[in-house]
Amino acid sequence: MLKDKDRIFTNLYGQAGVDLASSKKRGIWDKTASLVKKGRATIVEEIKASGLRGRGGAGFPTGLKWSFMPEHSTLPSYLVVNADESEPGTCKDRDMIRFDPHRLLEGCLLSAAGMGAHHVYIYIRGEFVREAEVLQSAIEEAYAAGLLGKNAAKSGYDLDLYLHRGAGAYICGEETALLESLEGKKGQPRLKPPFPATCGLYGCPTTVNNVETIAVVPTILRRGAAWFSSFGRDKNHGTKVFCISGHVNKPCTVEESMSIPLKDLIEQHAGGVRGGWQNLLAVIPGGSSVPLIPRTLCETALMDYSSLQELNSGLGTGGVIVMDRSTDIVRAIARIAHFYKHESCGQCTPCREGTGWMWRVLERMAEGRAEVAEIELLLQVSKQVEGHTICALGDAAAWPIQGLIRHFRGEIVKRIEGRRLAEQPPIAAQ
Amino acid sequence: MVKVLVDDTEQECEEGMTVLQACEQAGVEIPHFCYHDRLSIAGNCRMCLVEVSPGPPKPQASCALPISEGMAITTDSPSLRAARKGVMEFLLINHPLDCPICDQGGECDLQDQALAYGFERGRFVENKRSVGEKFMGPLVKTVMTRCIHCTRCVRFANEVAGVDTIGMLGRGEDVEITTLEQTLDSELSGNVIDLCPVGALTAKPSAFRARSWEVDKTFGIDVMDAVGSNIRIDSKDGRVLRILPRLHEDVNEEWLSDKARFSCDGLTRQRLDQPYVRKEGKLQAVEWQEALALVAQKTRQARARCAALAGNHCDLESLYALKKLLQGQGSQMFDARQGGAQFDPSLRGGYLFNTTIARVAEVDALLIVGANPREDAPTLNARVRQAWLHGKLRRAYGVGVRCDLTYPCHWLDDKPQRLLKIAAGKDGVFETLSMAKRPMLMVGYDALERSDGKEIWRLCGAIAEKAKMVREDWNGFNLLHRSASAVGASELGFNRGLEGVQSLLVAMAKGCVDVTFVMEADDFDTEALDRCFTVYIGHHGERTAQVADVILPSAAYTEKSGTWINMEGRVQRGFAAVSPPGKAQASWRILRALSETLGAAPAWNDLQGLRENLTKEHPELGEQDRPLKAAWTSLGKAGALREEAIVARCDNYYMTDPVSRASETMSACTRTRRELRTAASRTSASQASRP
Repeated sequence: MLKDKDRIFTNLYGQAGVDLASSKKRGIWDKTASLVKKGRATIVEEIKASGLRGRGGAGFPTGLKWSFMPEHSTLPSYLVVNADESEPGTCKDRDMIRFDPHRLLEGCLLSAAGMGAHHVYIYIRGEFVREAEVLQSAIEEAYAAGLLGKNAAKSGYDLDLYLHRGAGAYICGEETALLESLEGKKGQPRLKPPFPATCGLYGCPTTVNNVETIAVVPTILRRGAAWFSSFGRDKNHGTKVFCISGHVNKPCTVEESMSIPLKDLIEQHAGGVRGGWQNLLAVIPGGSSVPLIPRTLCETALMDYSSLQELNSGLGTGGVIVMDRSTDIVRAIARIAHFYKHESCGQCTPCREGTGWMWRVLERMAEGRAEVAEIELLLQVSKQVEGHTICALGDAAAWPIQGLIRHFRGEIVKRIEGRRLAEQPPIAAQ
Repeated sequence: MVKVLVDDTEQECEEGMTVLQACEQAGVEIPHFCYHDRLSIAGNCRMCLVEVSPGPPKPQASCALPISEGMAITTDSPSLRAARKGVMEFLLINHPLDCPICDQGGECDLQDQALAYGFERGRFVENKRSVGEKFMGPLVKTVMTRCIHCTRCVRFANEVAGVDTIGMLGRGEDVEITTLEQTLDSELSGNVIDLCPVGALTAKPSAFRARSWEVDKTFGIDVMDAVGSNIRIDSKDGRVLRILPRLHEDVNEEWLSDKARFSCDGLTRQRLDQPYVRKEGKLQAVEWQEALALVAQKTRQARARCAALAGNHCDLESLYALKKLLQGQGSQMFDARQGGAQFDPSLRGGYLFNTTIARVAEVDALLIVGANPREDAPTLNARVRQAWLHGKLRRAYGVGVRCDLTYPCHWLDDKPQRLLKIAAGKDGVFETLSMAKRPMLMVGYDALERSDGKEIWRLCGAIAEKAKMVREDWNGFNLLHRSASAVGASELGFNRGLEGVQSLLVAMAKGCVDVTFVMEADDFDTEALDRCFTVYIGHHGERTAQVADVILPSAAYTEKSGTWINMEGRVQRGFAAVSPPGKAQASWRILRALSETLGAAPAWNDLQGLRENLTKEHPELGEQDRPLKAAWTSLGKAGALREEAIVARCDNYYMTDPVSRASETMSACTRTRRELRTAASRTSASQASRP
């Protein structure tokens, strides 16, 4: 278990205050100027060495991403913080913002200094009303204390930070859709290339990072890359905030070392599966968009990018959804399919048409109103969507369904045949 | 140049090309729906997927991917075939199976590509989506259930037409293309019909009239404005069903204005189909011989006291024949500027659109004088908008009636006196024009048709000279004609003198003219005809026909083979799509018969002969499809200007000539636009009154 002294998010449960004075007691804004003065190259090198990977779901190496920002550009550079946390099963950014906003703000200053950006936008999910209020007052506090604005934190670096509230669309968490929305347009993903690092917000070089990614930066710079990379396995370094929900005794958000066994995570932090480990049916380990893994695989799964990828799933956002044997797994995935059908932006063909089709088939399957051959059809349709869309929402819609068919095909067949038998007229005895 | 491999064959491509363009250059067809080379890239249909290496492992949308050196492009592989089949299936699951009653049938991209790339059967057993119809005005019929959301129409409206009243609402499978219950307030709205790859947007006026494979397709030239748009006339059973644009990169690209496209139903209404002679104050139908004999008799008596006035649609051949007839009588009184535009028809540099239409793209500073290019020449205006959107045009100024041109234009004043200031050179506008690399001046008919039109014309020439807008490789002086016959008539010497038609009308009113030939002209003060014997050669029973003494029915522009010269001096030829109604004949044929009756038969007997004579006299007009060259000569010193403001000479874009005035479609458009403008002014008034 991660030791308390190694925790980055020391106020994840809101026991201490969120104001500037309380935050300073936790070591936030402590000699920030000296960290900024390390300079752009050093900051990027440090982050690269720490092995930090993007915490928003895709897991792209953060230091590498920052290094794509142009050194000398006639255009302004932007850092955009993605606080549009909408992935079902995930609630880490929310707790960071409402209980530890200054950690994020300090991270913004240091990260911006690491990519030469003097403007930061935090795009916060529309439904996070209270969180936006907390963050806004933290921003005002920071400005008043000279921690943001001209010569931020007396570092000699100018930084302006703006909070922008979204209007509640899942797709606006996709980085280019977020930029479109931030520009005041309809939130639809852009075609890539060009990537935001060359042509992002208002056509200027932009980096979009998740809240968690930015919030861990100050601690990495203070305690050193070696400390951060001492956690987790190779290529999966650092600590990570996991959110455990569903059929566990004590659902929680907890910071843990990467590569912690899934079973340990559930048993040590979430009080174990409701009705005991044997009552476990399946786990979605990284937010609703990754394929589920059944109990047998959960035994050995480690919570990191590599291990879960080997199991044909993914770490995603680290939102662990636990489902026990009482779960109607087909209906559960059908509900997820409905979510993606509802949240598809409708721009490109496979996602627009495919998500609705898959949801309808699944709805019928949940009730057994389908043919066995349709399972194969569903799988094919999900393959037709996956990898053929503009953004990753198509993949996110296809994967849970592929996971279901991979591990629970028998369950679907049973349901279809059960319904057929029930509907058959009784055969008279000979 | 960049070298790429398209399916293992090396291809040299220009830098900045997309993968799709490179494949097309290599002759490999990539199926696509949303991509259109004149619109921005959306990349949303996902039909044009290809595999590239080096590159991501996923198939890529070729329309949006730029090529890079050494890129190997695979356009056909089992996985790509499967991907295309998949996309095709998705497009079809919610597309209604109503091809048998769909007007797009036969020219439908979805139909064609479903045949080539689709499944042979459907696997979708759920209910299909249906979408409510949208109101897009009297021209565009919508069946939105057929929409595949390629957003071509939205992009066209936003980018080319410059109206933002169309967009995509909703999300996911509920997205809809909609116009917010408004018509598309644009003179180019009909183009969305051509752009729509499916039957979601079709032509309302020709709905359910014919299948695309049943119509006869004839190449023609549009005469509704002076752009000389290349058109295709689709006809069936001797009637023009619809008019479509034909690709001409240097003229209309592939766009067409709404008036040119939809006024064709006016060709079948109010037509003159037999000769008439006024007997005892009433027009009575007669045979050709009788009518011609009467005209010949009157003409013989009048001798040199004959005059002629020609309209906006007249072709070169007819103008030539009419001029020869009058010259045979010893008369030099003829003109084709019926609206009274004043310019010197002997100075070619002074009446051409010298910049040429294609080079409008290069313009970086613009001065508009007494013109509304949006209505005078919608396709040209779209080019100016492109110059502003994608090119270097940063400053546009206007002197004249304030109007929305779809790009920002700074309206300086509505009085022509403002031009004096510019011409004096002590003015910011003059600075801008003289500093610009590609300055352009456009003077239009709102200014030229004033009684001091020639002075404004000269003043514009002076501005162009002083601001050095005419250079070795660039001529920025342009006359924006409204009439398709203006340049042709000037070239032939049919237009005479600076005053133009005014002096002719004065002569008529004074009684100096005994016989007046009016050829297809209805937009002038017909009172001047009171004192002379009027022969109307035309196709619509309109203003002039009412006062005419003899009517000789002629063929409209779709019914004759003819030559027109557009405003930049491009000689273009159109062909007859249908026969003229009843006993009507092409005007040149009528004029030849008349000459023969007069006993002065011309040297030519057919169109071929006429054209040979014409080009012998005007050798430059023999060369087709190339703008005439004009050397710049000073337009002379401008005289005094009137203090009055420049006013719009034409208040309704949709009805400017006999054909469009007879068109029911155009009158529906007029009504819709009036309602739209009234509603808009009501909204702005109520907003203004709000505290």
